Amino acid sequence: MKHPLPSADTPMASLWSAMGATLKRDLLLAFRRRQDLFNPLLFFVIVVSLFPLGVSPEKTFLQTAGAGVVWVAALLATLLSLDGLFRADFEDGALEQMVLAPQPLYFLVLAKVFAHWLVTGIPLIVLSPVLGIMMHLDGDTLPILMLTLLIGTPVLSLIGAIGAALTVGLRVGGVLISLLVLPLYIPVLIFGTGTVSAALSGLPVTGYLAILGAMLALALTLSPFAAAAALRISFSN
Amino acid sequence: MSGALLQAKNLFCERDDRILFEHLDFELNAGDIVQIEGANGAGKTTLLRILAGLSQAYEGRLLWKSQPLEENRTDYFSNLLYLGHKPGVKSVLSPLENLVSWMGIRRAPDLQAILDALRKVGLYGYEEVPCHSLSAGQNRRVALARLFLSTEAVWILDEAFTAIDLQGVANLEALMVERAKAGGAIILTTHHEFGLYQHLRKVTLGRRVSRESRLAQGVLL
Repeated sequence: MKHPLPSADTPMASLWSAMGATLKRDLLLAFRRRQDLFNPLLFFVIVVSLFPLGVSPEKTFLQTAGAGVVWVAALLATLLSLDGLFRADFEDGALEQMVLAPQPLYFLVLAKVFAHWLVTGIPLIVLSPVLGIMMHLDGDTLPILMLTLLIGTPVLSLIGAIGAALTVGLRVGGVLISLLVLPLYIPVLIFGTGTVSAALSGLPVTGYLAILGAMLALALTLSPFAAAAALRISFSN
Repeated sequence: MSGALLQAKNLFCERDDRILFEHLDFELNAGDIVQIEGANGAGKTTLLRILAGLSQAYEGRLLWKSQPLEENRTDYFSNLLYLGHKPGVKSVLSPLENLVSWMGIRRAPDLQAILDALRKVGLYGYEEVPCHSLSAGQNRRVALARLFLSTEAVWILDEAFTAIDLQGVANLEALMVERAKAGGAIILTTHHEFGLYQHLRKVTLGRRVSRESRLAQGVLL
């Protein structure tokens, strides 16, 4: 059967250009609503800076607790920003168009998560040394802290995407995301803070970093897949 | 010739213990315009979402070019344009940016084609204005500009004419008829009286057993 449609043989966008278009679009959207980006970032700074005031400003205490506090705050700040990952697009119908795109949803989700990490994860990493200094972390451990966040925050965004995708169809998703996602965040938190503690005690950190890297590889391959399936389920209702 | 693009066989859908439709069979051929009719809440949108592959909440079979749809998702989606209730237009982006990002996922964005499409839907001069400062009808027109950019064979349009003025509706009808004549196929729901077209068929929902009334060629609807 012939299809004399206008330019029906237009080549489909390649995977890369489709991912690029999604990434560009999400970054543009984030730029237009940049005040929303400050919310998790401000939360991150406030939590860490209240800690010395609320618990103890002693140097020895802050040094041991520092990495943990920064990591927990970064984790919660990421959690705070997750609900927006798919919700706005779901509500105005843009996500429908994405789900119905002829490209594998896996890669479009990956592009969205990457954009999310660029606008939430990267600022957290950039701010972390300042907060680390406030927690009396020394010059040798600060790069380690940043490195763990550099490997760890993408994992947080990737795992969070599954929760965000599962709850996007629900009226009140925010609380449920935390419950779904937190258990999966715990290993990342343990190895993230463990790396910094090891560095503080002068122990080798490569083993910890390798495990964090393995988590990143696992999350990178599996979680967009799970999030894409979760999105299809969310649309099914 | 089994040239049907999309076939639905024995579709059944139930929602909140209410049967929306059962034993629903129909096929969509190149050149068809099928209007889904029914009262509010009869299941028109649900049916369109099922046909678009968005919703899995059905029993029965859907075939795309005689193959099960689930196994040919990519081919189906590259031949499908779905416009739902929600226009899928980002309010903080301009019409131009909206269409560029929409098109970029499907094929290489053609800026000139997009500007032409925006002109055709009457948004000339509004290309760079953020969509939140446009009216509801203009936002709908941004979504509809996709029809002018479409190379997809199948269109599924859910209440596409909402908030569009009379002249706009007439233009879209002309586009759809032209499209069907070129070998496209369209499924739509609308509460507008649709103008005469020989291939227009109606599927009526809202009875216990849904009935497809196939209208003879040339009958005034």
